[in-house]
Amino acid sequence: MSVSGLKVEQAYQQLKIQAQQKLAGLQEKPYVLVGTATCGRAAGALNVMETFCNEIEKHQLDVKVLEVGCMGHCYAEPMVVINKPGFPQLCYGSVDEGIAARLVSDYLANDDPCFEFAMAALEPNDLFPTFSDYPRGVYEQKIVLTDCGLIDPQDIDHYLARDGYTALAKALDMGPDSVIAEIKNSKLRGRGGAGFPTGIKWETCKNAAGTPKYVICNADEGDPGAFMDRALLESNPHQLLEGLTIAAYAIGAAKGYIYVRAEYPLAITRLRTAIEQAREKGLLGESVLGSKFSFDIKIFQGSGAFVCGEETALIASIEGNAGIPNNRPPFPAISGFHGKPTIINNVKTLSYVSHIINHGADWFKSIGTPNSPGTAVFALAGKVVGTGLAEVPMGTTLRTLVYDVGNGIKDDKNFKAVQIGGPSGGCLPEPALDLPIDFDSLQEAGAMMGSGGLVVLDEDDCMVEIARFFLEFTQHESCGKCTFCRLGTKQMLDILTDITQGRGKPEDIDLLWELAEDIKIGSLCALGKTAPNPVLTTIRFFRSEYEAHIEEGRCPALMCKDLITYHIVPEKCSKLCDACIGSCPVEAVYTRPDMLKAIDLEKCVKCDNCLVTCLTLYQAVAKKSPPVVEEGES
Amino acid sequence: MEPMEEPKEEPMEDELEIIHAEVDSVLKRYESNPEKLIPILQGVQAKLGYLPKEAMLQIADAVQIPEVEVYGVGTFYNQFRLNPPGKHQIKVCMGTACHMTGGRIIMDSFERRLEIPEGETTPDREFSLERVACVGCCALAPVVLVDEEVEAKVRPTRVDGILLGFGMELPSANNKQKEEGREE
Ligand SMILES: Cc1cc2nc3c(=O)[nH]c(=O)nc-3n(C[C@H](O)[C@H](O)[C@H](O)COP(=O)(O)O)c2cc1C
Ligand code: FES
Repeated sequence: MSVSGLKVEQAYQQLKIQAQQKLAGLQEKPYVLVGTATCGRAAGALNVMETFCNEIEKHQLDVKVLEVGCMGHCYAEPMVVINKPGFPQLCYGSVDEGIAARLVSDYLANDDPCFEFAMAALEPNDLFPTFSDYPRGVYEQKIVLTDCGLIDPQDIDHYLARDGYTALAKALDMGPDSVIAEIKNSKLRGRGGAGFPTGIKWETCKNAAGTPKYVICNADEGDPGAFMDRALLESNPHQLLEGLTIAAYAIGAAKGYIYVRAEYPLAITRLRTAIEQAREKGLLGESVLGSKFSFDIKIFQGSGAFVCGEETALIASIEGNAGIPNNRPPFPAISGFHGKPTIINNVKTLSYVSHIINHGADWFKSIGTPNSPGTAVFALAGKVVGTGLAEVPMGTTLRTLVYDVGNGIKDDKNFKAVQIGGPSGGCLPEPALDLPIDFDSLQEAGAMMGSGGLVVLDEDDCMVEIARFFLEFTQHESCGKCTFCRLGTKQMLDILTDITQGRGKPEDIDLLWELAEDIKIGSLCALGKTAPNPVLTTIRFFRSEYEAHIEEGRCPALMCKDLITYHIVPEKCSKLCDACIGSCPVEAVYTRPDMLKAIDLEKCVKCDNCLVTCLTLYQAVAKKSPPVVEEGES
Repeated sequence: MEPMEEPKEEPMEDELEIIHAEVDSVLKRYESNPEKLIPILQGVQAKLGYLPKEAMLQIADAVQIPEVEVYGVGTFYNQFRLNPPGKHQIKVCMGTACHMTGGRIIMDSFERRLEIPEGETTPDREFSLERVACVGCCALAPVVLVDEEVEAKVRPTRVDGILLGFGMELPSANNKQKEEGREE
């Protein structure tokens, strides 16, 4: 180790020892971790936290309550972890104020861990199963999600005490070339969607002429239905800062930006705090850890435009302009921000960097598939039971992801499709479930892995409607530069709207197909090039649904509003119940002379309320398609 | 305190003063740097709730770029609004997960209750209704942002609950029928 390397190592060790001492003090006493990422908050985590604090005070206990991020089990939010010396660390799910009060009085004040509310223990013990005793835990392999939900994202010492920033200290000693060689050798591919080899991007940028150079983290997460990057920013911001700093060191940049989506205010707040704390510790700013390398990071808040996730549009946006993509080449690695060499990487991509530097390229390559090493982080949403974040090795099948990790389809419904890859991806049917997922495998099926958004669809979801939804999205988000993208998507959207409203024509399917091909060829950036994918995959795999809409005016999934009507099945209805009447916002449900209920189709606004209300009672409300024009039944 | 005023079209003199002062302070913070146009617009919107025409003129003048360019940037990004928002801002998520789990039905319910289409503000300026493309809370879809607080797993009945929580009176069966003259 060089002299300067020694200095860095010493500076780092000092930070780490301080942090570990502080954390050791915390471990000695009981403490409560409350998951207060956006998902936790939406489920009521802040109220739960308040209850903990109040009850702890009432019982006069010496127990700390800390806010953490998201463990990925969003379906079980609000989640809480309790550490009490002498007991295994236990995780509790779906905690409400009542359960919180019980946990304080029974467990923290006494010694009953309330196993009836517990989900899992964090480490093996004789009392309670751990996460790895469930299928989700067996199939998951966590790298970037490891510490999420377990460390305080607002306190850098939590990260430091768990060997955080070791990789930065190590990288500063290795030198830029060795860092790039290690990343290149690891075959890390960009997690922003395209899967471009990260090491090659860095090398190109390092060798490019021109200074200063810039690094940018793409945290725009535009896929509507994905939330991996948000969770990482809110749960472990330092992991990203460390990766970004190492990237800057490798290519020789002194300035970095993190481009965060405006819709993520909590992520921005936590990131700001993290950057400040890193500066205070000398991990950012002038002469990082006492080395010759200086680097600082600024946050740039996006303003809600999907196309700004595209790297050239993103640069235009930081430069103060409308986010309109430019022709590539030159690639940003050669000529980017202010015309200077710039690398842009996704949040997840950068979050892997410290792990690769710490454990080596060979370790990384031992996970996943030869061409796509490492893990993939998925955001499971839609009709799957276990919604949330999951990290699995590349090459895991969609079936494992949906049924083992995600615990299958909600309410015992039938699986229909997975929407993967967002607006650029597609809807894949049941047979595709056995595809191993990596960057290359899904392309053949017409979809793409994308950044990790995965929406599970069941028998109640209409495939024409989802295609229309995505076209509406891309049409709205098209920056308008390319004629085909601007007008072609509009035309496709009009046709799809007609089909979902019962005005489809037999030739529409072929017309959609032709338009799709034109848009693919005639668009400059991937927004336009991939916009037709949701339409093409749904036509390819669910053509009969298009035909039912067009030929019979029928929506097989009973979803398209213009093609359905609501009815009450007299045989199932109860004379004694009028829950449906109370649930109707427009007084469309009435009591018939025989005391059974019925729906006035003229007044009905198809809000679904009565159906949902009756679901838990008699399941007497049903939808019909094609729609019943007159009140035909008794 | 003045009595209730008529809604006004043009900003009043004192309002203009406020706009100028707020825009000035934001411009100072960013040293009228044209490259900081987006943060400047964000800063102004954070203060005023929207981007008044007068503010955009003042910004164009200060950072020395054509007015159309400021306007262009202001209209390109979904986040910017050119009209004042309601006192309570309701944003219905229309991302993939929310859409497929009933986001449209939620939007319909708000439109029906507030009697305004998506993208508008109620005449009394109490509520504005907008759509948002995913707030990253897809696991708990469908989601609504009510004054920046995330409401999860929203049903149409919850829509009424949210509005009642703000003291809005919902039409009861009788009133509604009377209004529409449909009472027998
Ligand atoms: C329309 C469009 C939207 C995109 N949105 C994002 C995004 O939200 N986040 C992201 O990381 N990459 C996005 N990308 C990909 C970026 O252009 C770029 O490939 C990526 O940020 C590179 O990082 P990586 O190599 O780490 O994947 C988008 C691309 C296009 C064409
Ligand atoms: S789709 Fe609504 S929060 Fe993501």
